[in-house]
Amino acid sequence: MLDAIRNLWSLIYNLFPNLAQALAAFLRGTGLPGWGVDLLMALLSALVVVISVLLGMLGMTLMERKVMGRMQNRLGPNRVGPLGLLQPIADAIKFLIKEDIVPTNADRWVHTLAPIVAAIPAVLVYAVIPFGKGMAAADLNIGVLYILAVSSITTIGIVMAGWASNNKYSLLGGMRAAAQIISYEVPLVLSMLVAVMLAGSLSLGKIVEAQGGLLGILGWNVFRVPFGTLAFLTYMICAVAELNRTPFDLPEGESEIVTGYITEYSGLKWGLFYLGEYFNAIAVSAIATTLFLGGWQGPILPPYVWFLGKVLVIVFILIWLRSTLPRFRVDQLMGFAWKVVLPIALVNIFVTGAAITLWQAFVK
Amino acid sequence: MLPSYGVIGVFAIVAILFPLVALSIAWLVRPKKPTPLKKSTYECGMETFGDTWVQFRVQYYLYALVFVLFDIETVFLLPWAVVYNQLGLFALAEMLLFITLLVVGLVYAWRKGALEWL
Repeated sequence: MLDAIRNLWSLIYNLFPNLAQALAAFLRGTGLPGWGVDLLMALLSALVVVISVLLGMLGMTLMERKVMGRMQNRLGPNRVGPLGLLQPIADAIKFLIKEDIVPTNADRWVHTLAPIVAAIPAVLVYAVIPFGKGMAAADLNIGVLYILAVSSITTIGIVMAGWASNNKYSLLGGMRAAAQIISYEVPLVLSMLVAVMLAGSLSLGKIVEAQGGLLGILGWNVFRVPFGTLAFLTYMICAVAELNRTPFDLPEGESEIVTGYITEYSGLKWGLFYLGEYFNAIAVSAIATTLFLGGWQGPILPPYVWFLGKVLVIVFILIWLRSTLPRFRVDQLMGFAWKVVLPIALVNIFVTGAAITLWQAFVK
Repeated sequence: MLPSYGVIGVFAIVAILFPLVALSIAWLVRPKKPTPLKKSTYECGMETFGDTWVQFRVQYYLYALVFVLFDIETVFLLPWAVVYNQLGLFALAEMLLFITLLVVGLVYAWRKGALEWL
């Protein structure tokens, strides 16, 4: 009896890797060649990741509206389906059946390409994220570099949208977005470096493993006071800025430049920008979890549950920030990046380096 | 096992197909009734005037220059961070020197007002 429970628990604990192994074994049994099985498994993992992130994105839009509603002392969506749970699906259908308006003066091709260019990297980032123990689609040994490289393509999509719309608000929004994203990218990389230094590897899997060990929860990078905590804080600030979310939502400031680079978009093209933004928000939360909150590490519960729980906490913080803080001014925003966050992140790297050297000198 | 980059390739195909398929479905089901008024550029209810594609101040591009500088620095820092555990104090001192030179550049740009948004 006890053995049965233990077996069941270990099955649940490693549910997804076990499923993948069983499926691969089954496919090999059907007489497919080895490369065919690999290709099929890769395709399947990509589809599973995209679909689950899509569901997560729908969930996040609903969560955002519900939580913001409660924070503003109102109910939020509650009419479509029980408790408003079907609201995101209704929204998705509405995106699909809305007319697509391309202004006469716009650059037609670039206008159409821009949302596609913005959406592709948002999906690609998820290829390297370890969702649980052994649950990364591809644990690249340069995972951190891959994430940085892929996620900066989004900027090009935004600038393309701003330029192609041939609208003054769009152009301003696109240019602001470009300036903001490149400015916050430097401290973002510097704060990610702290996690890389502590693990001695760019692979996300190795970074997560380095945060386990005997210390348990205290081994997470965020609890390595002061440099780990500081790196986490600077990472979150820069990540929110990279996402163009409040309080850094100047590129889309509704009240001043009419949602900036997406002013001239409608229908599913607008939907793709929206989707990319939420995909990126979840990706940023997942990366923060992986680098600073110990990834899937945690006692008792299965790894994927821990991962999901931590991502939800960060997503909640993003929503909380949005309903709490007002918008920055442009000069404040740029000044904050170059004169406050960048020096802090730079100094933090050396504090980390000194701490590692001291640790090696006295403990080893 | 497929090499990791093969998986990335499959992911890239899925990622490229995903928006294309979504846009094609939308193209099939959405209404298409363009009118000249609907297709005019939005500008708070007014007729648009002047040219959109204007010249930006040169100060705007100074950010890009400073960014290129620091982005290259982070490229140098990445391999340094990976092997830092094995290199120890010497690497720390060396990187301190390198960063100090860059920070002097940042302070110069700061004092010259390149970091002011106009």
